[in-house]
Amino acid sequence: MSEHTYDYVILGNSTAAIAAMEAIREKDAQGSMAIVSDQMAHCYCSPLITYVLCGKVPEERLNYRPRDVYRQLQVTTYLGRAATRLDPAAHTVTLADGVELRYGKLLLATGGTPIVPDLPGVDLQGVFTFTRYEDMARVREFINSHKVRQAVVVGAGMIGVKVAEAFATLGLETTVVELRDRVLALALDETGSEMAEQALEDHRVRVITSSAVTSLGGSNGLVQSVTLDSGSRLPAQVVVMAVGVRPNIKLAQQAGLGVNRGVLVDDHLRTSDPYIYAAGDVAEAYDPLTGEPRPLAIWPAAYLQGEIAGRNMAGTDVTYEGSIAMNSIQVCGLPTISVGLVEPPGRAEVLEYRSADGKSYRRMFLVNDRIVGAVFVGDVDRAGIITGLIRSQMDVSSFKEKLIQRDLGLLSLPKQYRKHIVMGPGIEV
Amino acid sequence: MKRVYAKEEVCIGCRLCEIYCIFQHSGHHTLVKAFLDQENLPEPAVRVEEDGAMSFALQCRHCDDAPCVAACIAGAMTRDPHTGAIKHDEERCVGCWSCVMVCPFGAIRMDNEKGKVGSKCDLCEGKGIPACVAHCPNEALIYE
Repeated sequence: MSEHTYDYVILGNSTAAIAAMEAIREKDAQGSMAIVSDQMAHCYCSPLITYVLCGKVPEERLNYRPRDVYRQLQVTTYLGRAATRLDPAAHTVTLADGVELRYGKLLLATGGTPIVPDLPGVDLQGVFTFTRYEDMARVREFINSHKVRQAVVVGAGMIGVKVAEAFATLGLETTVVELRDRVLALALDETGSEMAEQALEDHRVRVITSSAVTSLGGSNGLVQSVTLDSGSRLPAQVVVMAVGVRPNIKLAQQAGLGVNRGVLVDDHLRTSDPYIYAAGDVAEAYDPLTGEPRPLAIWPAAYLQGEIAGRNMAGTDVTYEGSIAMNSIQVCGLPTISVGLVEPPGRAEVLEYRSADGKSYRRMFLVNDRIVGAVFVGDVDRAGIITGLIRSQMDVSSFKEKLIQRDLGLLSLPKQYRKHIVMGPGIEV
Repeated sequence: MKRVYAKEEVCIGCRLCEIYCIFQHSGHHTLVKAFLDQENLPEPAVRVEEDGAMSFALQCRHCDDAPCVAACIAGAMTRDPHTGAIKHDEERCVGCWSCVMVCPFGAIRMDNEKGKVGSKCDLCEGKGIPACVAHCPNEALIYE
């Protein structure tokens, strides 16, 4: 038997991979396990890299597990080594340096890759993407070693907004350019987007919507400007492209596994090969609100999928009930939360609350007396109660008027439901 | 693991659970001193809800499949491997409110001034019966 033979091989080292690793170890203390990642870093909180860039979080706090977690859990690491080929028939995965690992069961938790639009000038120095620790380190080093006064962020999704916030915090003159007519268009409704845009502008981030970037200009190989379809030119010595992330399906695709936009999985997070599972941003799992599979690149879903995939790999039979879309984004100090469908198809009933001072806003979308989506801006206290009602798809007709009340609490809910969730099923008092 | 359960039928809404939770986590040895030290007064981790004659007290359920641990982007919410309790590390918390988004009980208290999770039930760190239960005059909180 080869020295590189493992009962479990995990491709990836972010939240889905770590959750799977721990779930496997909890069930199977003996099985041999390996983690493979093209990144060198120890497991870290990737959503915090913008916080590190602007100094809000010290770098050493990025790691969310002890330094020796792999040793403690007896996991062999292959870090900084990309997996380049997967052979499901032979149960092997080949790394970039030629090493071949043999697996009993494999988890694909390889995440996604940022999309870089094919624009003139996109190869200039000073143009970055921003999803990994290395990206953050490169941007930080670039800003420190060049005369950077102005920054442009292309794309006002979650990553773009957080990068723009960090740049402005660092004192850079920052502009964010968005193709759609509003910021955070996938996460928030129109009013939520307006409030987020205001928060960005209050933080001295200039927001330009309904605009496409047509080219990047530079001199001596360094980026100097960004040109928009309107013809206007924005001076910029650093540019971050944040127009979206695509699941890394190449390995699965070449191996002949079922893929769509992401790697397709069943209700046990198994791919079309019974010995290969997938979890996190690379997977395309079931969304109970739409009834369809779709890639859902969010941290809580990645963790949950990793955990369930891990338990199934270790032999426990656990069904994945699906994850709904949700995002909690602090936009320059303004809390925003959205859960479920924020642009529900067809006719949805809308409930809305706005505080007298205009600073807080809540909106819920109902279909057939069930909440299918909700947006909270400003005051987000106890938003999770609504998330629970969306997940359970409970009929809310008997207490609808209480849903958008500021003092929404568990007492607002029907007694039976409250007891069920507080005491757990089967307990009666 | 043992958890705190609320009996809403016998809760009289006196909020002594909140008072003793604050005291327990104040670091002071007497109740009077704890409340004189207004600046450092912690938020209670138990929350009494009232609606007319109905009331009950709720704190973190320490869920088996804790959604707050899954959702935390900063490694601040963790499960204690020994006691099973869900712990919150304020140092690590960045105030992203992902835990607030997913907690179906609304049990997480936000400290908007600090921009972090304010307080979170720690089951009194396993030191016997939690303070809220021990001081409930009507046995509306039970620990089992």
